[in-house]
Amino acid sequence: MAFVKFEEVSLAYEEGGALAIKDISLSVQQNEFIAVVGPSGCGKSTLMKLVSGLSEPTSGYVYIDGRQIGGPQKCIGMAFQASNLLPWRTTLENVMLPLEIVQPYRSQLRRKRKEFEAMAMELIERVGLKGWEHKYPWELSGGMQQRASICRALIHKPQLLMLDEPFGALDAFTREELWCMLQDLWQEQPFTVILVTHDLREAVFLADTVYVMSKGPGQILVKRDIAIERPRTLAVTYSEPFAAQVHVLREHIGSIRKS
Amino acid sequence: MAFNRRKFMIKNASWMLILLLLLIWEIICVGFKVPEYLFPAPSAVWSAGIARWEPIMMHAWQTFFTTLVGFAIAVVVGLVLGVAVGTYPIVYKALYPLLVGFNSIPKVAFVPVLVVWFGIGTVPAILTAFLISFFPVLVNVATGLATLEPELEDVLRSLGASKLDILRKVGLPRALPYFFASLKVAITLAFVGSVISETVASNMGIGYLMMAASSSMDMALVFAGLIVIGVMGVVMYELFAWMEKRFTRWANRGVNATAV
Repeated sequence: MAFVKFEEVSLAYEEGGALAIKDISLSVQQNEFIAVVGPSGCGKSTLMKLVSGLSEPTSGYVYIDGRQIGGPQKCIGMAFQASNLLPWRTTLENVMLPLEIVQPYRSQLRRKRKEFEAMAMELIERVGLKGWEHKYPWELSGGMQQRASICRALIHKPQLLMLDEPFGALDAFTREELWCMLQDLWQEQPFTVILVTHDLREAVFLADTVYVMSKGPGQILVKRDIAIERPRTLAVTYSEPFAAQVHVLREHIGSIRKS
Repeated sequence: MAFNRRKFMIKNASWMLILLLLLIWEIICVGFKVPEYLFPAPSAVWSAGIARWEPIMMHAWQTFFTTLVGFAIAVVVGLVLGVAVGTYPIVYKALYPLLVGFNSIPKVAFVPVLVVWFGIGTVPAILTAFLISFFPVLVNVATGLATLEPELEDVLRSLGASKLDILRKVGLPRALPYFFASLKVAITLAFVGSVISETVASNMGIGYLMMAASSSMDMALVFAGLIVIGVMGVVMYELFAWMEKRFTRWANRGVNATAV
């Protein structure tokens, strides 16, 4: 059974106003990595808000794990384009934040603080931020902030990770480095990922399935399976099959922009 | 290490200015032979202060005490109302015009009413200090909460945090720099409030001391009282400025580094 399921979902932010997305139907399997690409303003972020329960669909249904979504979800981790770290907390404290909110960690935090801190440190080390755990966000570079932000999204072991253009504001080298980091994390301890991006190479490199969205209102035009063997390396991005995939997606996006 | 003249000047600029002003003041008073019952020289103020040290301290303590009590109430009320105004749009809509209107009333005009209700003395002074100083606290706390970035809120909401969680984890820490900034303003206003009330309706406190002294043309004592109020204000201001720096370092990063 699908882990995340959209059934004919439409959403208008204002009642009777223009639709941000229209008749979206898609399903994501457990531990599948999907990417949603499309031109800016195609309602990609709306999709994220629907899954996380921050917005409610105007019509249609969204299910997670077979249950219809009503209100914010607990089994979700989110990371956005801006790292949104709390400036008054150190890296470690920022990463620990979900444990102060989400059950069952919340009620165990007082007793098991040491254990949870070790858990956070392990994750921090895993993304290459060792030695920066007691620094404040403004002392970190953009890439480091984004690493911390991904740690925060994963610390409570969510079943679903939502990424809203998480690498959009980074330089190309840092971005590719973080792709590999994310792929490693995902392969070590699988979880379901929905990645929203406008970077086609990023989508093809990371995802099992790529959905292309049109704009105004957002609809799903194409679904493409990316059957490139994992773990994918950066060298793969220069190979022929990879380039072909990116090229096909590029053409779809191009035709949307013309119409 | 070589003596850095510029750094030394910047560090002690405020003391040097005060000394300079006192010197000019003294020169004017002595040079133009200004009579002491009009405008006493600093030296005369100083000797008056020494001569009547004990009564001055007694009245100063009274003023200090009423100011602090009024200020403490103002902080609590300002904090509670500020959180309510900053969190609930309906409270904001309902309360704001009323509060702005109230804040526009000169508090001197309100003291006689307080006297009728509570008699002369400590209580009206405390209440005046409170009334005059709670507004900046309220406005700042409300502003700090209302300008919270929606993205930060989303981070918590996507974890299923309750409204109270969001207030505790993001809202209040975020509003803390605003809160501390308002304390600096509020404490000086609280002194204004208590002294105003004491001059109008009290037989205690620096305000009363100055009223009594001026009615007997003892200008040196009046000025001594003024200076005592000023010193108390500066000390309390510095205390809260220090606390602000200490507790909200993240909001003032970089500023302290450049300002020596």
